[in-house]
Amino acid sequence: MLKPIDLKRRKAQLAARPWSGAEREYDLFKELTVGVVVVGLIVVGFAAVASSPDEAPVNLQSWANAQPADFVATATAELGKTSDTATYGPPYSTTKGATQTLGALDLQSFSGTRIPIDTAADFVTTPLHKLQTEGPALAAWNAASSKQQATWTGNYGTALSKAPGGKPSSVKSGNYGPVPALTGGLLAEAQRGALDGAILSEGGLFNTDYTRSILFLGDGTYFPNLADAQHLTGDQWGVMNETGSYPGQSWLWLFSFWYQVPAIGNLPNADLVVVGLMLFLTLLLALVPFIPGLRAIPRLIPVHKLIWRDYYKRR
Amino acid sequence: MIETLAAVTAADTPGVFLSWGIFSIQLGNLIVIVAMFALFALALVIPFPGNRRQK
Amino acid sequence: MSDIDQVETGTPTEAETDHTWTGRTRRWVLKRLPPDKLLPNTQPSYVASWIYVFGMGAIASLLFIIASGVILSLNGPMWYHLSSLGHFVNSVHLWSVEFFFFFMVIHLWGKFWMAAWRGNRVLTWITGVVSFAVSIVAAFTGYLVQTNFDSEWIAFQAKDAINATGIGAWFNVTNFGQMFMWHILLLPIAVIVIVALHIVLVRMHGVVSPIDADETDSQLINKEIAHVETH
Repeated sequence: MLKPIDLKRRKAQLAARPWSGAEREYDLFKELTVGVVVVGLIVVGFAAVASSPDEAPVNLQSWANAQPADFVATATAELGKTSDTATYGPPYSTTKGATQTLGALDLQSFSGTRIPIDTAADFVTTPLHKLQTEGPALAAWNAASSKQQATWTGNYGTALSKAPGGKPSSVKSGNYGPVPALTGGLLAEAQRGALDGAILSEGGLFNTDYTRSILFLGDGTYFPNLADAQHLTGDQWGVMNETGSYPGQSWLWLFSFWYQVPAIGNLPNADLVVVGLMLFLTLLLALVPFIPGLRAIPRLIPVHKLIWRDYYKRR
Repeated sequence: MIETLAAVTAADTPGVFLSWGIFSIQLGNLIVIVAMFALFALALVIPFPGNRRQK
Repeated sequence: MSDIDQVETGTPTEAETDHTWTGRTRRWVLKRLPPDKLLPNTQPSYVASWIYVFGMGAIASLLFIIASGVILSLNGPMWYHLSSLGHFVNSVHLWSVEFFFFFMVIHLWGKFWMAAWRGNRVLTWITGVVSFAVSIVAAFTGYLVQTNFDSEWIAFQAKDAINATGIGAWFNVTNFGQMFMWHILLLPIAVIVIVALHIVLVRMHGVVSPIDADETDSQLINKEIAHVETH
């Protein structure tokens, strides 16, 4: 009579041994061929019938033409280095206290400022200089102290928010220095399509790095509002969604979920928390064979009795 | 103040969304997920053609 | 002399005399994965459920992802905006990805409920989970290089998650050129390598036997008792 411990060990060993029981004919290559043909028909069929989404990108020109007041307000913030990008912290700026931390853990600073972005120069004064416009305004700006510059941009930003419709033309007069000329000039260049190229080519003729353009766009409200309309933002399960009516990335459901829970989504370090959580859960999934309780679930809830019912019946 | 969203044109019409509380799912995604559960269940219950040459 | 020795004893002496890296590797590989295990023409009779087709479905979908990706590569990243054939190939690429994850996840569900990690198949399970994770990253970079509104927005959103973990300085999601190369070269290699490893492991260990098979299968029990009694 075999002892229970021997039985358990035998069981484990047997699952590891090659199957020496009943077999059946199996054609691997035929199955692969059938699989490829069937999946091919499905995939090509869906592609032919449903096509795929391709919503045209927006750029600084479309923004400047659609919402010039928002563009000017954002340009002012870039000049004043008060925009989201300017105060982001690593890897774009050295702003203190801007990073997402978990207690003492500050991974974001680990990057260092390796993608430095000077929003005043990169987004405003350098392109204006390149496009050889607003010379006197640029001279006045460059001659001023940083304190003076901050005062001008601060005043102008406040004045814009108070003006009806945020229109630069409706702004009350005040101490703004060359800021209205600079931002107005930038708007004009953007509207005529010159600014996109000017900013991109700061990285050279063949530059394929769109960081500056995308960050500039994101600092305004035009770009995020477009995304909001398509349910693509973080608090709309946006990570899972696709533009239009197309299915998106449903496999990212759990990643999206945590952002919808206000206790997590509203945290200042929400991204760090969610990424950490998902990395942990993925590790857990990988290590299921070692986790007592989790690995016992298939035995406790016997779905396998359905899968192998023919086998169990024939015994 | 910013211009209203009416000035913005969306190239694609946004999809259909179903919401309950904090849950909001796009119809396309819902169909995919439901289809996955359905196919899983069907794979478990539909009989598999057997009795190929036994050895 | 040595020929007569071999005929008389019948035991190969190559393992004892050959110490080349090549020879040793070959013997190691062939011991673990002989040709009839790599390309079998039989399978255990318990492999009789539709749940078993989803792994193959995922592989077939991956083949179409690669094929459509190759065609897209022929004409560069902007082609699909400008050509209706290009747009169709892009659609094939997108739907292959949708079905790749569709089949892969159902395959994962099936393998969990079968406790398929039993019998030293832990590495098979782990490579499966890693395939899932690497595929997600590969798909992510794909969404980043669509050169349309969706990719612009995804880049803008994703930068926060990536930057928060400290790798944003080196993996810059708003850098199209970089993401493009990760998507068409580095990550496909990673996916193919890990999936190949996963498949080889499945072939090496065979399809896992049913839960409780060994306890009560009369064929096995008789053989096992015979094994015990002769010792």
